[in-house]
Amino acid sequence: MNYFITLTLNGLASGAAYAALALALVIIYQATRLVNFAQPALALLSVYAAYTVTQLTGSYWIGFAAALGTGLLVGAFVERVVVRPIARTSQLNAIIVTLGLLLVVQGGVGMIWGNEQHSFGYAFSYVGRFAPSDVFALVSVGIAALLLFALYRFTPLGLRMRAAAFHPEAARLSGVKVGMMLTAGWGIASLIGALAGMLAGPPFISPNVFDVVFVFGITAAVVGGLDNPFGAVIGGLLIGLGMSYVSGYVGPELATLTALAIVVIVLSVRPDGILSRPTARKV
Amino acid sequence: MSDAPLNSTPQTGETLLSVEGLSASYGAVRALDEVSLNVPERGLCAVLGANGAGKTTLLRTLTGLHRATSGKVRLAGEDITRLPTEKVITRGLAHVPEGGGVIIELTVEENLRLGALWRSDRRDRTTLDEVMDLFPPLVERRSRPAGTLSGGERQMLAIGRALMARPKVLLLDEPSLGLAPLITKQIFSLLRDLRDRTGLTVVLVEQNAAGALSVTDHGFVLNQGRVAAEGPSDGLLADDRTRHAYLGF
Repeated sequence: MNYFITLTLNGLASGAAYAALALALVIIYQATRLVNFAQPALALLSVYAAYTVTQLTGSYWIGFAAALGTGLLVGAFVERVVVRPIARTSQLNAIIVTLGLLLVVQGGVGMIWGNEQHSFGYAFSYVGRFAPSDVFALVSVGIAALLLFALYRFTPLGLRMRAAAFHPEAARLSGVKVGMMLTAGWGIASLIGALAGMLAGPPFISPNVFDVVFVFGITAAVVGGLDNPFGAVIGGLLIGLGMSYVSGYVGPELATLTALAIVVIVLSVRPDGILSRPTARKV
Repeated sequence: MSDAPLNSTPQTGETLLSVEGLSASYGAVRALDEVSLNVPERGLCAVLGANGAGKTTLLRTLTGLHRATSGKVRLAGEDITRLPTEKVITRGLAHVPEGGGVIIELTVEENLRLGALWRSDRRDRTTLDEVMDLFPPLVERRSRPAGTLSGGERQMLAIGRALMARPKVLLLDEPSLGLAPLITKQIFSLLRDLRDRTGLTVVLVEQNAAGALSVTDHGFVLNQGRVAAEGPSDGLLADDRTRHAYLGF
């Protein structure tokens, strides 16, 4: 029983990072119908920025803030400068470009910081069952999700962003600057992605550190329903729990397969994800 | 809604919305060909014509949803031809697109609030209350998703959202589309009532020419992107030649 609880808590903690990454993907998908394959690249830049800032200042928390700030700015920049001109031609082109961006950024990070692993510690100890860093992961993602919900639900900016995402023309006819809302959405999504990066990257970071994590993040988003933020969180936690149980009871070598199994099972029952469109419309 | 006598003498003023030689096209197809028309302050005007005559394109070009290739649009003297849509709205031109453009994922109240978000006095609830007063069915459904509304209620919500911006001119694209005749009549008389009470200027694009002419005081008939006829609505209604040639009744 004790072991079960440990596995559950560990699963939730790693699931929190997947949930955050899934949330980042869903925010962009909702607004632009575009799967942002550059998400791990944006997280990578954020985490390396945090690494450098932490080295310079000696403070993890200044580095943490730098990661979030970098995420916000880089996300907004990518939407405005890279994605928007191409999305005008075709949606598929834009998706391919995000994929290309991922490769370019990974290469660029390797050139600047080197391809070898750097050790980048957490603020909290990650040793032992349900370590403080696990608590931090769960709490920070929980707070981020709540803030995001409050932003979308209760603020004028959130209302504008939702209007722009659901019905761009009606939004423009209501005086909403739709382009600016898309930029804001990418910035916010990428900020959440940076948080996911800070949780999933350390203790060792390298240009490819998020490859596997991103696979789980996108899996979580698909499982939850690509256009539902609540689904993303549930999907992330589900993937985290499933992998934790399987690696604990069966063997760690099967953990990755678990994610695949969850996708297959969920999508065969609910093809659009756990929280598919009809529920999503209420948000 | 009051039963204002139809075709009462309009107390219209100076030109509020002026369109001069406006042209627009879709690729090689010319949708608007040098359209010129003036809408007076407190005017209630109908824009009529067959399918493809350019009515919708005219409205979309006025609010910048479609680019004009040449010509000028002036609102209260200001040239708004090249302004982006979201700026045009803030100058006082509201546009209810075909089908209403209600955002079904948002609640009724969110749709309404959206219409006034750009205003500096958006926190002031009086506009919201006034608009709600105009449409009693919306009040009890205010926290429901707009997707649950009936066709007539959606049209009311669409008009309500446009009014939230406190516009000078309200452009409506076929508000009667898909609505029962009784509801259409209610919406038409509401527009007339609004004009009479608040001095709102209304431009009504309609396929339902007979209905639109009976409620408006001035009409423009578009044909193949040009103004083919114009005049007082009762005059157009009485003119058999125009009716047969362009309005199909």
